[in-house]
Amino acid sequence: MSAREEILQRVRRALGPSRPESPDVPRGYRDHAAPTDVVGLFAERVADYRAGVTRCAAGEVERVVRDVLGPATRVVVPPDLPFAVAGAAADAGLTARELDAVDAVVTAAAVAIAETGTVVLDHSPGQGRRVLTLVPDVHVCVVRADQVVAGVPDAVALLDPRRPQTWISGPSATSDIELDRVEGVHGSRNLHVVVVDAG
Amino acid sequence: MPAFPQAARAALADTQLRANLAHATGTIRAKRAGVVAEVEDWEELRLAGAAVKDVTLSRLDDHLERLEAALTERGATVHWARDAAQACEIVAGIAEANGVDEVVKVKSMATQEIDLNQALAAKGVAAWETDLAELIVQLGDDLPSHILVPAIHRNRAEIREIFRREMGKVGRPAPEDLTDEPAALAAAARLHLREKFLDARMAVSGANFAVAETGTLVVVESEGNGRMCLTLPEVLVSVVGIEKVVPTWTDLDAFLQLLPRSSTGERMNPYTSTWSGVTPGDGPQQVHVVLLDNGRTDVLADEVGRQALRCIRCSACLNVCPVYERTGGHAYGSVYPGPIGAILNPLLKGVGVDEQTDSLPYASSLCGACFEACPVRIDIPEVLVHLRSKVVDAHRGDRPPKPEALAMRAAAWTFSSAARLARAERLSGVAGRVAGRLLRRSLPGGRTALGRLPGPGAAWTEARDLPVPPAESFRAWWRRTGGRG
Repeated sequence: MSAREEILQRVRRALGPSRPESPDVPRGYRDHAAPTDVVGLFAERVADYRAGVTRCAAGEVERVVRDVLGPATRVVVPPDLPFAVAGAAADAGLTARELDAVDAVVTAAAVAIAETGTVVLDHSPGQGRRVLTLVPDVHVCVVRADQVVAGVPDAVALLDPRRPQTWISGPSATSDIELDRVEGVHGSRNLHVVVVDAG
Repeated sequence: MPAFPQAARAALADTQLRANLAHATGTIRAKRAGVVAEVEDWEELRLAGAAVKDVTLSRLDDHLERLEAALTERGATVHWARDAAQACEIVAGIAEANGVDEVVKVKSMATQEIDLNQALAAKGVAAWETDLAELIVQLGDDLPSHILVPAIHRNRAEIREIFRREMGKVGRPAPEDLTDEPAALAAAARLHLREKFLDARMAVSGANFAVAETGTLVVVESEGNGRMCLTLPEVLVSVVGIEKVVPTWTDLDAFLQLLPRSSTGERMNPYTSTWSGVTPGDGPQQVHVVLLDNGRTDVLADEVGRQALRCIRCSACLNVCPVYERTGGHAYGSVYPGPIGAILNPLLKGVGVDEQTDSLPYASSLCGACFEACPVRIDIPEVLVHLRSKVVDAHRGDRPPKPEALAMRAAAWTFSSAARLARAERLSGVAGRVAGRLLRRSLPGGRTALGRLPGPGAAWTEARDLPVPPAESFRAWWRRTGGRG
């Protein structure tokens, strides 16, 4: 008998001929009144993680991104980023080692969660392949105000599980050494979120 | 591995360990309490989490088949492993087929449970741990002592020593002027591991959740080493316990709230990665998933014990346990320490097999703090008591019988006849009157106590006072006085 058949048979035998009851799952936690200022809460929670946050109007995005990037000279962007970043190279299949020599990456996002200060990338056009936001030390993520939802259930409902996703809440961190929190281990040590207000 | 009481005694004598643990568990408890208090419907989330897991377990075979179909449809190869040996063989086989002699690993309890690193080493494949604490444990040739912060038994000076001594032997050495500041140590690890990440052709991970409907695996982490392992290499193998399945994508919305707040005490952990099979042009193009049984179907068969399969490995129970706080993880002798370990190990391995496993359900004061903290409401005390009765049942046939068994048999014999019981009460009354005159020790309230029983009873009275029996039983008093005076 294959391992597959054996395991499935063991499961069936363990559960017995009359299956245990399937309980009802309470879902009231999905019906939350959203906070009045969702974008404001998002900005606050992102800042809590010691990530940079800047809010700006639609027309100012390119200037703000340029300011945030500051002295960073080698910048990479996904090929279909919806705005221009002066001096940046579009990703054309750079290897991980090549990306290691890049200072910063700028991307859009799929959705942002106010309650937890999280940006979620589903790596569709404008967000780049996963390795793009992983290797460079600075990640500038541009989120539109209309992409911000209140809580985790709202985000999960909007996201497509068939796309790979990266949920980012602040720069990377570890508390493994004496429980002393240290920011910046393997992922980008500097995360900056630019929130573009509507209109 | 000695039984828990002996192992604990050794751990209790280690003052450095106790100080580290008290600091660590106290800190995480406070953080967890803070972020849980923020969530108004925390109880409802717990009920939802428990219910989703129970729903899944009640139809586990259907969900596993669905998971396999969804994964296969998305280009992943699904393997089934009945036990640790088979799982290790599968992973080693994939390494061999790809001509790989080293793999990078994301922290995975399942891979520790099956002793994967050792099995790979025996086949000439080096497995590099990339989680900082696991790296510390691996370089220090040590054992993890906590599910979430496995190197908590080490202080910064020890870690610096380990890095200086060992990093150069396996890759980029630690800098000459390495201090013991946590930030410097983390930076040294970043540089040392970056080399490994950029060169790795194969990675091994576990998964926190596996969504049956869409074939999506989820890894929850903080450092970014998970993302490195899950996206850079060509080949990715994920070893997933069969209890990690959840039915649908939206079911995750409860767990992604419960897990970060319960484990690291944060609103959300820095990085969560999800992927469904192969994504062309992005990440590993050869994706494998190994579905692991290794005793889980035995746990499923135990009607009381099966709730242990709800566990999402957050370690909240460890952090609130008064026993764990004082002994640390090594005393439990397993990859799964603390309250969850005290129930999972006997359930996975069976009782009546070895003394160490049998001792685990007794490594508890039954205070219930773990149940309060568990995000999926595993009633650990209920399972502990259930397992204690199973341990006793497993030893009923022991020859010679244990002293406790003999005492219980004697008590049962005495209690089963009113005449015998009355005789016993009269005898104990006599003993009580004699002892009352000879002994000095008194309990609060005035009753005299026996400080020490002779023989095997000495172990029982080592931590307990035994009040002296009353001079006569209630019935005898009633008969004598008619209830007056």
